[in-house]
Amino acid sequence: MRPDAARPDALDSLDRRIINTLQDGFPVSERPYAEVARQLGTDEDTLLARLKRLLDERILTRFGPMYQAERLGGAFSLVAMKVPPEDFDRVAEIVNGFTEVAHNYQREHAFNMWFVLATETPEAITDVLRRIEQASGYPCYNMPKLEEYYVRLRLPV
Amino acid sequence: MSIVTSATSQGIEEARADGPAAIDSLDRALIVATQAGLPLVPEPYAHIAAEVGIDVQEVMQRLRRMQDRGIIRRIAAVPNHYRLGFTANGMSVWNVPDDRIGELGPRVGALEFVSHCYHRPRHLPDWPYNLFAMVHAGSREEAHRKVQMISQLLGEDDHGHEVLFSQRILKKTGLRLTA
Repeated sequence: MRPDAARPDALDSLDRRIINTLQDGFPVSERPYAEVARQLGTDEDTLLARLKRLLDERILTRFGPMYQAERLGGAFSLVAMKVPPEDFDRVAEIVNGFTEVAHNYQREHAFNMWFVLATETPEAITDVLRRIEQASGYPCYNMPKLEEYYVRLRLPV
Repeated sequence: MSIVTSATSQGIEEARADGPAAIDSLDRALIVATQAGLPLVPEPYAHIAAEVGIDVQEVMQRLRRMQDRGIIRRIAAVPNHYRLGFTANGMSVWNVPDDRIGELGPRVGALEFVSHCYHRPRHLPDWPYNLFAMVHAGSREEAHRKVQMISQLLGEDDHGHEVLFSQRILKKTGLRLTA
């Protein structure tokens, strides 16, 4: 376990119920926290204080609307590269230098670099990939999603 | 801000089924106001309404509308999986028959420990995998057990799979709209 992992017993039963309930959704109403607090058998002030603590302690990374960026226009793709270990840092610097690269992960595999591109138009994806290939000297394997079956990080605690 | 406050709730174009959804400047202002999170006050939508300069009823109506249109997946809490002890996060990749993926993908996605599940293109011969499923676990051993459960679910349609564990985050920036 990583040193920053919370001890599971640091969360009491109310914390766990708050995390589990709020992963499922949150109402759009005048007093939504009071509404959820009633469901959880607590009160609005307690729920707000607990939520603030869970966010401050980074047990929750975020609380609010989850926007589906694709629906706002623009294009996205997952791209993989096979980079020789001795050249990895140079290529990582090139790839990270593109503002269109949103995330970049090193993974344990011959395909060791995996990044997400976010651009205004689909044509821009092709253009950025060509520029990354030219600058790095390695091919980009473009793996845009063809179908989405499920997107939801729900961790029961 | 004058553009935002003078916009009306009329004139929002209905999005095509799969195309990008048209949003107007007020929707955009709401996204900018909430993308960092919902305010932790008893009346969060009234708080946002005051910030954007519109009525609370309109804020709620627009948020519901964006939910209906799939622009907002949902309003919810996102747990930090590392802090909750889910420290082994593997991208499992699968070679399944193309004519079976439409049926198998949703079944893999329905597993509790799978957070994202997609059909992506193969790149033969280097990359034979067409189904991606992110698996979250407390240890690599547990992650491998979960991958084994996916393999059992796929049965004879599992024509090969691998798990790619993340080694290092090289870059991570949120998708951000600017005001």
